[in-house]
Amino acid sequence: MRRIISVLMENEPGALSRVVGLFSQRGYNIESLTVAPTEDSTLSRLTVTTIGDDIVIEQITKQLNKLIDVVKLVDLTEGEHLERELILIKIKASGAQRAEVKRTCDIFRGQIVDVTPAIYTVQLTGTSDKLDAFIDAIGASAVLEVVRSGVSGIARGERVLSV
Amino acid sequence: MELLSGGEMIMRALKVEGVKMIFGYPGGAVLHIYDALYQQDAVEHILVRHEQAAVHAADGFARSTGEVGVSLVTSGPGATNAITGIATAYMDSIPLVVISGNVPSHLMGTDAFQETDMIGCCRPIVKHSFLVRSIEEIPSVMKKAFHIAKSGRPGPVVVDVPKDMTAPTEKRPFEYPETVKMRSYTPALKGHAGQIRKALDLLLEARRPVIYAGGGVVLGDAAEELTAIAKRLGYPVTNTLMGLGAFPGSDDQFIGMLGMHGFYEANQAMHQADVIFAVGARFDDRVTNNPKKFCPNARIVHIDIDPASIQKTVRHIEVPLVGPVKSVLADMVEMLNQMDVEPDQSALSAWWETINGWREKHGLWTGDRFTRRGKIMPQDVIRTLYEVTNGEAFICSDVGQHQMFAAQYYKYDQPRRWINSGGLGTMGFGLPAAMGVQLAHPESPVAVVTGEGSIQMCIEELSTCTQYNMPVKIINLNNAALGMVKQWQDMQYGGRYAASTYADSLPDFVKLAEAYGHVGIIVTDPSELKAKMEQCFSMKDRVVFMDIYIDPDEHVYPMQIPTGSMKDMILSKTGPTK
Repeated sequence: MRRIISVLMENEPGALSRVVGLFSQRGYNIESLTVAPTEDSTLSRLTVTTIGDDIVIEQITKQLNKLIDVVKLVDLTEGEHLERELILIKIKASGAQRAEVKRTCDIFRGQIVDVTPAIYTVQLTGTSDKLDAFIDAIGASAVLEVVRSGVSGIARGERVLSV
Repeated sequence: MELLSGGEMIMRALKVEGVKMIFGYPGGAVLHIYDALYQQDAVEHILVRHEQAAVHAADGFARSTGEVGVSLVTSGPGATNAITGIATAYMDSIPLVVISGNVPSHLMGTDAFQETDMIGCCRPIVKHSFLVRSIEEIPSVMKKAFHIAKSGRPGPVVVDVPKDMTAPTEKRPFEYPETVKMRSYTPALKGHAGQIRKALDLLLEARRPVIYAGGGVVLGDAAEELTAIAKRLGYPVTNTLMGLGAFPGSDDQFIGMLGMHGFYEANQAMHQADVIFAVGARFDDRVTNNPKKFCPNARIVHIDIDPASIQKTVRHIEVPLVGPVKSVLADMVEMLNQMDVEPDQSALSAWWETINGWREKHGLWTGDRFTRRGKIMPQDVIRTLYEVTNGEAFICSDVGQHQMFAAQYYKYDQPRRWINSGGLGTMGFGLPAAMGVQLAHPESPVAVVTGEGSIQMCIEELSTCTQYNMPVKIINLNNAALGMVKQWQDMQYGGRYAASTYADSLPDFVKLAEAYGHVGIIVTDPSELKAKMEQCFSMKDRVVFMDIYIDPDEHVYPMQIPTGSMKDMILSKTGPTK
């Protein structure tokens, strides 16, 4: 099962490598990983999407909690949550294709953020599933380059992950 | 405020932390620290002959005292040589602070001479690590390093210090913090009262209980509390390899070590138990055998300081209880004394009858577990060692068959007397660990139980023993082969001894011992074993190397059948190997 684990950790050099190292050392899977400082510059927020059964996810959260740099963490997928990922994608857009790309982009509420006579560069946010669907709709032969940010997530409602 | 250099700060921090002794090896990157060491007298330095031994010696010191062991090594090869020692300590949760030098900050990342990314190298085998980035932070880094090493589930902490951080010309104000507060690290100090109550309720319902106690009891200084609750309940106790000594080995309630080479009665009792009380043990693969077949009828209470150890391999834990074993067990005894409930005595005595039946039939001490073939049997060596030392020696083991015999046949009545590399299984651990133990306990007999394979992995330390007058006794069970490897080759590879023998090229250990200034004794005849062992231990101020030629064909039994359940065991070899 796919999980989104959100981690608050000390914004220290080496902290990220400890988290990433833990996943490779213990054979856990990383689907995507995002990390950046929070409003408190001493803290970083890391979001990792991973796949595993309950046993694996339990160990992942316990082992992450054992890392001295990890302050707090939550498995967002245990409750209601929002999930967003951003994609920047270069698409062949010439001739008749050009209008079709624009239409598809509108349907998915993407924005064309750069244009050349043969290419549209599109920015789109949403769940990972939505981004996958957009790439499928465009079609592999038209896609020139894909950059995905990895998943960021936050709990719905009043639950807050903070120190 | 007092101005100190980084090197002086490190030495001062050690003094404030109460460190009397460190083990190390100098080199370019730590020369400033060594110069600061030279100019103080609070901390004694032991110069080993190899950095691996520096860490094992600090480790032995820590295991036998409960204090934090400290090593000091230089950058590059000094640091990488320390890695095996650090991994050994990590696997057994031993509190260590390892200070490694590094190249000056401005050279880091340039592949400078003797540069190694120590923080990167040691990442998966430390509890935590620090790279010192300013002289000012040295006091707080040292304080945190000691705090992290010894609190919660203990473990090794590396402090990597670039050379420019210790320059004698760069002095900074020194103030050592009195307390540590880390928002990201708050180990549990008490067990949850509700869970403790649940645990007791379950324990009191038991009809076939077993107390399964591990290294956490030793590390958590909870042997007294464990013994108290075991005595109060009257339940059988089994210890893991790491837990030996957590409950008195010569007590009738002790049913022996459990696991791969555990006692028959211990493994049977575990398998048949209806309630298992796991205390500071981690359901290691060398204990559980196949976890899917592990104790199918048992309801399990598990106390551990580390939440990640609970439900890691064996999933059916009914009452998880996170906390320090000492306080949790003390709380349990107190609660027990207030409750008006007793275990079912008739069920318990029937259970004891069953266990005693197993013990009589196949017990290590009661049944005849092996056939003597006119040669010195390794089991008899350990029995003799036990007799000659009255069970009071510190036994530092290496890794292999001799380790299992020493675990089976020496009865450990006290914690911290059995010193071995259980988790990592590091050959070469015994002798350097024994040095740390001997220095911590100068008046006590310290024996290294080893084999001619393991001892050669850190044999250079015989020189360190000379320099610092550490009169350890080396009990070398010489079977002229890598015994445990050979045993597996006998059992699973049709006796094809791939790279496990070297009989023609072994050194003359007696001469070797003498070359280092020690006493060497050779034993080949079973009838002279005891007298020579007595002679060995009568030389209180000498290192004695007993080279004992044992039956080379002996296997370690009992042994669990791989992929089976706890109870599935091979009890003996029908005849000699071939």
